[in-house]
Amino acid sequence: MLDLHAVLDGQRLALTRLLTQIENQTEAGQHALAELFPHTGRAHLIGVTGAPGTGKSSLVNQLALGYRKTEAPKKVAILAVDPSSPFTGGAVLGDRIRMAALSGDAGVFIRSMATRGSLGGLAHATAGMVQAFDAAGYEIILIETVGAGQSEVDIARLAHTTLVVEAPGLGDDIQAIKAGILEIADILVVNKADRPGVETTERALRSMLQLAHPVAHVFRHHGQALDVQATAPESEALWLPPIQRTVAADGQGVPELLAYIAAHRVHLEASGDLARRERARLAAELDQRLQDALVEHWRAGAQAGELEQALDALLARQLSPQEAVQRLLNGRKG
Amino acid sequence: MAEQKIRVIVAKPGLDGHDRGAKVVARALRDAGMEVIYTGLRQTPEMIAEAALQEDAHAVGLSILSGAHMELAPRILELLKANGQENVKVFIGGIIPDEDVPRLLELGVAGVYGPGTPTDQIVKEMRAAVAGAQG
Ligand SMILES: Nc1nc2c(ncn2[C@@H]2O[C@H](COP(=O)(O)OP(=O)(O)O)[C@@H](O)[C@H]2O)c(=O)[nH]1
Ligand SMILES: [Mg+2]
Repeated sequence: MLDLHAVLDGQRLALTRLLTQIENQTEAGQHALAELFPHTGRAHLIGVTGAPGTGKSSLVNQLALGYRKTEAPKKVAILAVDPSSPFTGGAVLGDRIRMAALSGDAGVFIRSMATRGSLGGLAHATAGMVQAFDAAGYEIILIETVGAGQSEVDIARLAHTTLVVEAPGLGDDIQAIKAGILEIADILVVNKADRPGVETTERALRSMLQLAHPVAHVFRHHGQALDVQATAPESEALWLPPIQRTVAADGQGVPELLAYIAAHRVHLEASGDLARRERARLAAELDQRLQDALVEHWRAGAQAGELEQALDALLARQLSPQEAVQRLLNGRKG
Repeated sequence: MAEQKIRVIVAKPGLDGHDRGAKVVARALRDAGMEVIYTGLRQTPEMIAEAALQEDAHAVGLSILSGAHMELAPRILELLKANGQENVKVFIGGIIPDEDVPRLLELGVAGVYGPGTPTDQIVKEMRAAVAGAQG
């Protein structure tokens, strides 16, 4: 049913169908991902996160244009995630509105995605869809998420380079701090730099950054930073999140932003962080899958009513949860 | 396995006017539990077909007020087919003269809705058409 040769061959119909199977977490989708795994691990994953209205979609549009309009254009995939309504499960996904300039370019693939019900499921599905793009030969994968909750932070962790977008005029607070996502930023973007209040926003970000990265503070403000680095090699691995102003409406600041993204990639490779992150990510996936498989294995061998009986015993305070687990597991070993 | 969500492209082809009607329908479809990919104003048939392909949509809803429906609808159906998406159901809302309705349906349009059509009816018919197309 899923034609993986066609996916590897870059055929869009095959890819779009595969993305649906992965998003719906079907067995066919899981099998496909297993088959495609050897073809993954090549793309640069770039997360773009921030509060609604900061200009993420407009910025993603500009970044994609930047990757396309060079001498050696890169294939770009965009995964734009927006929230589902918690009441109806439906969603209106409007990120494409800002990306009309990319239409008609066969080297760009834009997919919108709703967060749907389960939080863990979202991060799972996103990771799978990114792998599908990677296998299909997309070299740059831009993942837009609303920086709001833990699941978005999980998605951002998937990325090699995370941009946190802020904009003036969204109230006095720095939204990224409120949402607890400043910490995950590799690059900070102050978008809407054409609007009043940019200086204030940037200044607030800079002081927050210095709190979050005390070492960066020292380095930036003392002349001997270079000497310190020379005697302490591990400090070379330190990346200080830069702040870049942009106007996503017309592309100002985007070339500089692209240069920072490229520099971050170089840093990741040179410092060994890329390999470390990849290892940690795969370790987490392996751990999760192992847990799922073990639980499933246990359930498959469980006797009817075994769990219910244990539960009854817990309710009656005849067993502690700790003892119940012991008993459920030991009953199996013999 | 998670439930199969109905995914619908809502687009406003042509250069004319506003997208108020399209937005009302988009919200109604969302409230009915569907995932609506809203593409906005001034969409060409090529852009709409491309969105349907990339989003693996089940249906496309077009808001057409310009009177160009007899050119736009066949073109979009043709492009969907060329992309291997002949299963995608196309719906048109807007100001469509009565005599054009049977012609559009004959071309393969799944439903035509004039101003004031209850959104419940659109939701119901879209669900039924999509269920039929998925077999
Ligand atoms: N003035 C100004 N408006 C912008 C800029 N970037 C985006 N916008 C506008 O801000 C609104 C929200 O943009 P969007 O990209 O959808 O933000 P998102 O919700 O973060 O994805 C839209 O009306 C954009 O046209 C900018 O740099 N300057
Ligand atoms: Mg957006």
